[in-house]
Order: sequence, then C-alpha cells, then structure tokens
Amino acid sequence: MKIILLLIAISLLVALGFLCAFFWAVNDGQFEDDYTPSIRILFDNKKGNKK
Amino acid sequence: MTKPIVSRSIKVACAHCGDSCIDEQLISTNQSFCCVGCQTVYHLLQSNGLSQYYDLENTPGVSLKSIQEEKFAYLDEPEIQTQLLNFTDGKTAKITFYIPNIHCISCIWLLENLHQLEKGIFQSTVNFLKKEVYISFHLPAIKLSQIAALLHRIGYPANINLADIDKEDKPIISKDLYYKIGVTGFIFGNIMFMSFPEYLGLDKTQDAFYFQFFAYFNLVLGLPLIFYSGWDYLHAAFLGLKQKTLNIDVPISIGILSLFGRSLFEIISATGPGYMDSLAGLIFFLLVGKWFQQKTYHSISFERDYQSYFPVAANKIEDEIEIPVSLKKLKTDDKIRIRHQELIPADGILLNGEAYIDYSFVTGESAPVRVQKGDLIYAGGRQNGTSIDIKLTKAVIQSYLVQLWNEHTFEHKNKNQHNSKLANKVGKYFTIAILVIAFATLIYWLPIDSTKAINAFSAVLIIACPCAVALSIPFTFGNVLRILGRNQIFLKSSGVIENIQGVTHIVFDKTGTLTERKEKMNFHGFLSSDEAAMVQSLANQSSHPRSQQIQQYFPEKANLEVSQFRETPGKGIEGLICGSLVSIHKSPQGTAISIDGKRNGYFEHLPILRMGLDKVIRKLQKKYTLSLLSGDRNRHESYFKKLFPNNSELHFDASPSTKLQFIKDLQKKGATVMMIGDGLNDAGALQQADVGLVISEDNNNFSPSCDGVLAATIFNQFNSFMEYIQSSRKVIYLSYGFALLYNIVGLSYAVQGNLSPVIAAILMPLSSISIIILGVMGSWLLSKNLKS
Repeated sequence: MKIILLLIAISLLVALGFLCAFFWAVNDGQFEDDYTPSIRILFDNKKGNKK
Repeated sequence: MTKPIVSRSIKVACAHCGDSCIDEQLISTNQSFCCVGCQTVYHLLQSNGLSQYYDLENTPGVSLKSIQEEKFAYLDEPEIQTQLLNFTDGKTAKITFYIPNIHCISCIWLLENLHQLEKGIFQSTVNFLKKEVYISFHLPAIKLSQIAALLHRIGYPANINLADIDKEDKPIISKDLYYKIGVTGFIFGNIMFMSFPEYLGLDKTQDAFYFQFFAYFNLVLGLPLIFYSGWDYLHAAFLGLKQKTLNIDVPISIGILSLFGRSLFEIISATGPGYMDSLAGLIFFLLVGKWFQQKTYHSISFERDYQSYFPVAANKIEDEIEIPVSLKKLKTDDKIRIRHQELIPADGILLNGEAYIDYSFVTGESAPVRVQKGDLIYAGGRQNGTSIDIKLTKAVIQSYLVQLWNEHTFEHKNKNQHNSKLANKVGKYFTIAILVIAFATLIYWLPIDSTKAINAFSAVLIIACPCAVALSIPFTFGNVLRILGRNQIFLKSSGVIENIQGVTHIVFDKTGTLTERKEKMNFHGFLSSDEAAMVQSLANQSSHPRSQQIQQYFPEKANLEVSQFRETPGKGIEGLICGSLVSIHKSPQGTAISIDGKRNGYFEHLPILRMGLDKVIRKLQKKYTLSLLSGDRNRHESYFKKLFPNNSELHFDASPSTKLQFIKDLQKKGATVMMIGDGLNDAGALQQADVGLVISEDNNNFSPSCDGVLAATIFNQFNSFMEYIQSSRKVIYLSYGFALLYNIVGLSYAVQGNLSPVIAAILMPLSSISIIILGVMGSWLLSKNLKS
C-alpha cells in the first residue's frame, strides 16, 4: 500500500511538468495573440521561410 | 431642383482594391485599376512572385488613392531611430510598426512575406489583433526609412507618432494573472485528487497514517493559495478596511481566511480533513472570473493624448534645406515646412503664401480657416493645399493645444474601475449580515457546547463566502462586453457598463457625431454638360476647400484651359474659359455659379445626418435628458431644434473648454452624464463625463481617450444597445437571488454545526458554476432582442 506514496510523487512531478509548460507558453507570449497563428498555419509555405 | 449633370461611367471593380473605377480606369494585363498606385502595387507583387496575395481574398488591397504622400527621411536620424527600434546590435534591428490598414488574411500573408520584396528584411510577423507587424532587418543593408517607404508604397503605411517614442510595450492581460490561474488550477486539481479518498470514506481512525498524509499534503500544497493566488484579495480588503470601507474583498477575505484557519486547525489537531479543496476552488473561480472580465480590444487604444496625434518629426528649414528634426528638439524661431494634410506641431507665424488650416481636430469647426502671411497658426491644425513655411513662436510643449491638454481639467481622472460599485455595495450589506448570523450562532451554541459553537461559527463564515456575488458581475458583464464588441461597440472595461446603467443625461457633439464628417452638396439650378465642364475647370484652379469640393462634385474631369484667373479672398474665384466669364462666389444660400454674369444656380452645403438619427433621438428622449454641443457655428440650428425635444439644451460655437464646463455644471446639478463625441475638441468633455463614448467612421480613426468606441454604422441602433446594457442588470439581480438560495441552504447546515467538508466542496463550486452559467446565458438571451 505504501507504493501509493511513490505514485503520488510521480503524478505530482508530471503535473509540475505541465505547469512549467504553461509558464513557458505564457512567457513566450502565446496568449498575447490568439488569432494570427490560426491563420498563418493555413498559408502554403512554398519557400520554407518561416522558422 | 437637382439634376444629374453627366451620367456616371459603368462600374468596373479595381483588381487591387475592389473600388469601382469612377475617376479613371487603367487597363493592363487584362486587369482594371482605379489608380496608378493600385496598378503599381499589383505589378510589384506579380513580378516578385507574390500573386498569392490576390488568391487568399478577393481584391484585398487598400486603395492607394486616399494615401497621402509622405517622407520618411526623419526615420534615419540616429536619435529618432534609437527611440523607435525595439532592439539593435548594429547589424540586426527589430522594430514594431502599427499599421491600421491590416484587415484580412491577405494582409497577414503579404506582410509576413516582406522579405521577398526587400533583401534586407529577415523576417516579419504580424499580430492581427493589435494590427502590428514586427520586422527584423539587416541594418547595413536597408534603412528604416526604406522599410517605411516600402510599407507605404504597397498600401500599408505605418502609423508613426510621437507617442511611439519611449513607449512601453504593455501586454494585453498581465502575465501575472495567467501565472496565478495556472498555479491555482494546478493546486485545485491536485487537492481535489488528494481529497478523493476522504470523499469516498477514508476512515480517520483505521487509516490514520494516510488520512494525515493527505491532509498535510493538501495543507502544504495550499499555502500558495493564501500567499500568492489569493493575496490580492486579502491586500485589497486590508486597504479597504484601512479607509474604513467594506468593499467586496472584505467578505471574500473573511471566507478565504476562515477556510484556511479552520483547515489549519483541523489538520494540525488531527480532528478533520480541512476545507482546502473548497478554498482552492473558490480562488480558482475568482481568478477565472477576473480573466473573463478583461476582454480588451487590442487595436483600440482608449488612452490617447495629444502625442498620438503628433508626428515624430518635422521638416526644419536651415539655409533653404529641409532637415528632419525630432519634434522635441524644435525651438522657438525655428522655421519648419508643412505640406498638404500635415499637422502643425507647434504655434507659429505663417511666412509665405496662404494657408487653409483645418482646425476640426481642435475646435470641431469643419470649415477650414484661411490664414494669411504673418498670421498666427495654432498647433493641431492641418494644412490644406500647398506647402507652407512657419516660424515657430512656441515650442511644442508650450503650444496652445498642448497647454489645453495639460490643463488640470484634462488630467486623467481616475475613474476607479478596479472593483464594481454594485458589488461593493452588495458586499457591504453581505458582510454585515454574515457577521450578525455568525455571532448569533456562536452565542446560541456557546452555553450548550463550546466546540460546536466554534465549529458552527466558522462554518457560517465559510459557506457564506460571497463567491456568487463576486462572480456574477465579472461573468455577466464580461459577456455583455463581448456581445457589444461583436456589434461594433467597444467598451474599455466592464466598469463602463455599470456607469452606463447610471446615466441620466446624454450630451451629443454635432459634427462627426450626429452628422457625418463630410458635407453633402446639392446643386439648385441648371448646368449643361459644357457649362459643368467649365465650372469644374475653374474650380480646379483653386486650392480653397470649397473649390475642391465643387471640383470633386463633377464626375467628368474636363480640365479646360482657364485664362485671367482671379481669386478674391473671402469672395470667390473667376476666370475666362472658352470665351465665357465663369465665376464661383459666395452667396447667402451657398456657393453660387454664374456664367457671363447670368446666375445658373448655387450649391447648397448640407450636413449628412447619421442614418436613423431621428428615431434614436425619439427613443432616447423617453429615458434620458438630451443636450447638443456643437463647435460649429449655428449653421443648421433650426433643424436641430426641431429634432431635439423641447427640454434639451442646444449650444453652438462651443469651445473645448465650454464643452467641459457644460458637463461639469450638469454633474453639479446631480446628473450622471454620458458624452458622445468624435474628436480631440471633445476630449476634455469625454474625460469629464461619467461615460465618454466616441463615434468612429472607421476603426482606423484616431479617437481621443474615452471609455468606449462605437462604429458609426450601428448608430441607428444605439437606443437598443442602451436598453440592452440597462437590462443586463436584471441578470445580476437574478444571480443574486440565486446566490441567496444557495446561502440559505448552506447556512441551514452551518448554523446547526453540521457542515461537513464534502457538503462544502459540493455546494460552493455548484453555486459558483450555476452563477457563471446564469450570467453568461442570461446576457446572451437578452442580446437576442438586439437584432430586431
């Protein structure tokens, strides 16, 4: 039954990972423009100019 | 009687911008264009392999007819450049341009492919909502002025003004709030997870170790709820109490602290699992509400001052050579050159020629003022016609307009919109009621069972936390804000909605608000097509705005030869065309036309009223007192007298400061005033009014600082929007009624000392969620009436 403590620790780590991912996304400015990227993805990139 | 003078040519749409080619029609490669500019852009894009621009949308281009020629040399001045660039290391530079013309998918595509037009550009990224493009470029390879000129040439002129210098880039919603929501969501989820064993019947005595483990786990995980996520509420409540006010944060803080205190006690004394789950849920919902309320319109700035109207630089004349100089460096006695449609940045004396200065920005008077050599010209005017030279009498900062702006009255009044007034009012009574009930419970139980007394006391404080009250306004008004936005009314914040609900008096500006910016001309009389050609040709000779209007009135541009042209200032013009003496002159009815001494008729200048104006006024007068303030001379006074009800005040010839004073006087009499205006001349009044709305003919328009912008096209529905905003308050009341029901149920458990954590964990989120649904659905259902 003690194994549950280890599982909880692991689950918490996973959750922390997602929290960090969210922080990274906010810091990166992904929430500042939630419209243009949805359009940009539809363009045909003939010359592969976007990084 | 009005007669058609010449037939209009058949409509052909321009392949670039989609406008009909009325004035001229250029044909090349089987495509028609309305002007040379459009044609040039089309060929430029075609030859650079950017024809996809025209495939993404139909005729996406911006007509180049309306774009004035501009010079960008000033951008290469090192001093100006460093202030504008976001970043530079000498090689790579980055800059942000605000481009009002961004309007469709094609725009994004083209602006992100700028590197195909200019080698020096590395990359460009568009933010559509903010209408901004971020460009990184190779500094040695391309000048900043070249980039600006390129954007200008393809129909996307960047808007560069004085306010861009030293401006801070503020994110739309503070990142802080996102972090808080993220952390709280994380804590909320994990605490719920750890609380499940207890919900499902984990036994306190049999599994004491696990029970304790989960409880302490929750407690530790929950610490940031108090010290990070919920800190703002505690802080605001503290500040409120210090000022001896009971704002809505006080009962919220009581709830937070009693939840936490009780949990701390239960967990440390090993008597129970605590209420950390409810606490996390409460703060999470509060933060989400805060986020939902902050709908912002990225491309609209509500905080503008004179700097947003002023250019970055002016052309200073030194030894007959024009040098671009930063506006801040202009001094008294400097000579500057102002071109057609350029703004006069500082007060000065006209040195040459004659100027027609359009002061409509400052005074609201639409007819340009004629200024002669040696006369004083004030900052804020726009030159119409040929370029003029001015000797400055004041520096920019000391000019009349700027002084006006900096006057005490124009100080940014702090309309505190942090907390809702209504919520604060309700919060006050709520706090008092809860404290009364809590202490009554305490006193009732104390003689019987002291442990139970404390339990019941804290339970009352926990369950009665006003989450419903605190959530109903953010979600309801947040949704109203979005619905209005979809209907082209853009309000600064949800606090404005509450202010609008309190309005008793509406004040209108005239020019540009009730009437369109342009005037309409009616010709009374008769002109044959030959005579029309003669009048057009004569009018074409003068740069006077009236002549220009008349010239544009005729669709056919004959441009016949004019001899013996004579202009009498203040009277009119005349000239000899094809042997006839043609004269255009001022007359009591309007602008009269005579040929060979015989009067043919006259042009009447009429304001174009906004569509549905009489209906809107008729409907609004039932609920509000109305007034009209016009910066114009009383040209059409009788007309507006008829339009407005008898009890309304009409004032003409009002200066910016009289407008402001008028609003102040109304407020002194106890009225809550809404001012609807359009220009800089209303800026003071808009600031002073409880609600200042600006009418905008297109979203790219500059608007002075205000509480909201509404598109001119929906003005005919303005009354129904006012009704909608008014009725949204009913949704709030309904939510409060709902919250009351939940509280009665919760309190009935609490006063008996029977509130278990599970009941709290179900009841509190349930009430929060139903209030959210009620607010959003309610405001949405009410908006269904808008379309009729």
